Amino acid sequence: MTSYLVRRIVGMVVVILLVLTIAFVIVRLAPGDPAALMLGPEATPQDAVELRARLGLDRPILVQYLTFAGNALRGDLGTSIFFNRPVTEVLAGRAEPTIFLALMSLAIALVIATPIGIWAAYRRGSWLDQGAISTAMLAASVPSFWTGLMLQRWLATELGWFPAAGYGGPDADFLERMRHLILPAIVLGIVNSALILRFTRASMLDILGEDYIRTARSKGMPERRVVLRHALKNAAIPIITIVGLTFALLVSGAVVTERVFNIPGLGNLVVSAVLRRDYPVIQGTLIVVASLYVLINLLTDLLYLVVDKRVRY
Amino acid sequence: MSATAASEPVLEIEGLRVAFRARRSAVTALRDVGVALGAGRTLALVGESGSGKSVTSLSVMGLLPRNGAVEAGRILYRRRDGTRVDLARLDETRFRAIRGREIAMIFQEPMSSLNPLFTVGDQIGEMLLLHTDLDARARRRRVIEMLELVEIPAAASRMNAYPHELSGGMRQRVMIALALVCEPALLIADEPTTALDVTIQAQILDLMRRLQRELRMAILFITHDMGVVAEMADDVAVMYAGAVVEAAPVATLFARPSHPYTRGLLATIPRPGRPRGERLVPIPGSVPALSAMPPGCAFAPRCPIAVEACREPVALAPLEGDHRVACHLAHAHETVAAHG
Repeated sequence: MTSYLVRRIVGMVVVILLVLTIAFVIVRLAPGDPAALMLGPEATPQDAVELRARLGLDRPILVQYLTFAGNALRGDLGTSIFFNRPVTEVLAGRAEPTIFLALMSLAIALVIATPIGIWAAYRRGSWLDQGAISTAMLAASVPSFWTGLMLQRWLATELGWFPAAGYGGPDADFLERMRHLILPAIVLGIVNSALILRFTRASMLDILGEDYIRTARSKGMPERRVVLRHALKNAAIPIITIVGLTFALLVSGAVVTERVFNIPGLGNLVVSAVLRRDYPVIQGTLIVVASLYVLINLLTDLLYLVVDKRVRY
Repeated sequence: MSATAASEPVLEIEGLRVAFRARRSAVTALRDVGVALGAGRTLALVGESGSGKSVTSLSVMGLLPRNGAVEAGRILYRRRDGTRVDLARLDETRFRAIRGREIAMIFQEPMSSLNPLFTVGDQIGEMLLLHTDLDARARRRRVIEMLELVEIPAAASRMNAYPHELSGGMRQRVMIALALVCEPALLIADEPTTALDVTIQAQILDLMRRLQRELRMAILFITHDMGVVAEMADDVAVMYAGAVVEAAPVATLFARPSHPYTRGLLATIPRPGRPRGERLVPIPGSVPALSAMPPGCAFAPRCPIAVEACREPVALAPLEGDHRVACHLAHAHETVAAHG
């Protein structure tokens, strides 16, 4: 177990180093000079040279890379060209809406998907099962910006139940900020519930055909207990996997939804950073998101251990 | 069958017909099955795969797959309090109080019949949780007692083991402990030893016989193995293509098998008494598909002695005492013997 954890953590570091390298290379391969972009069309070539020197962009590429990697590993992701503040600070300021949006939409997705998925598997072939699958397909194929715009119009503009967009201004308290996330969370929840529903249904279908489910029935227990105790626990591993992946994707920023609802999260930040050629911010976001991704994956794998005692690492 | 067993059977199946719905059609899996099982006795249901023995047992448990249903007949079970219920028509809530508590079942595959994610103690204890008022400590004591009864060493620590930590034989002992923890009046054992090594098989059969005596329960024993039948059964019902073709006390059946199919089954067992080099006789052909049953005797197409009359339907009829057989020829011989 300990050696497994050590191996996994070494693996994580390797992945993060790779991401670091790729982030560095990709950003430099992209066309456009950040110094010229920052200074605007009025600037003289002399200004550009000075700025490039100040940002370290005139040094050999290898030196730039080693400085960048060394600093990143120590937790210093550089300074944002646009905000002129440390990247870590910029990211931290944008993390709250994204993380809470991810948590809320995952909760909504689970509340929709697991009961329907279980019920559809239990009543396989029925109109409810077929209806659930078709609805899930539909929900997954409708683009989230469309769902977002429709819900905005209906629930925010017409009914006035939720704020239409934004994150409640600088003085908004926590509850007010969360209220702004409900609508986008519903959009993301619907989209992501489709996948979780299908996985839950498929996994439950497999398990409900197992011999030990028949044994459970032969003990004379209510069907509810057969399904929720004996089947669901066994069906949980694929469900946990897909939930972990969904969560990781959500944390990496729901770009479109954040754009539609104008939420100052990581997704919005990274889009603006790309448009502004704010290299340090792009790199920093990539690294943080990749780290979160591998971390969530590790946590998912560790969760298997809790559920299934046959799993050994 | 002894007089007492005949007068008050625990289980009496009469004219049972079970059908399965397929996509567009329905197939009849059991046709007019009738057997009786006396208290404390063992009835073996014998036959090849597809003969309907498992469907019969699942009907008794009320655990037919969703697309299967009892279309006709009765499954009369005498409850502990003496009242008789028809399991074929019992509502699910009342059935749950009987299932597990009064009628329990052991399945063929010990490897897959236990839930992999719960400890064996948990799975046995769940029976007590469902059917008794015992508190957690009393349940624990009872589970240990049961594990000791089925001769699992170090019961107190083994109860915390997960199924994958036990061997096949041990798991089948756990299944037996689970089935018997509420001291059922009727145990259905569906090929309980088929998946086990021969030595383990003998141990499990011994164990079942001992527990049957101690708990005075009736066993409906499903098997395709005539050797196991000889060892376990008091009475035998031979099934073929969804119907009982011969039923008799075990000694009678082995001494005077009267249906050509029963004789065929007995001829397939190697026996030490037989001369070396004597060939085992397989039954040619295979069980007809349920959807394509011949109109007359279902065994006729494979029967070595079939005659024209075998195209006519045949029903199970008494031959002599408790010996019943469904064969035109067996009854014809009898008539000839009686009159000639």
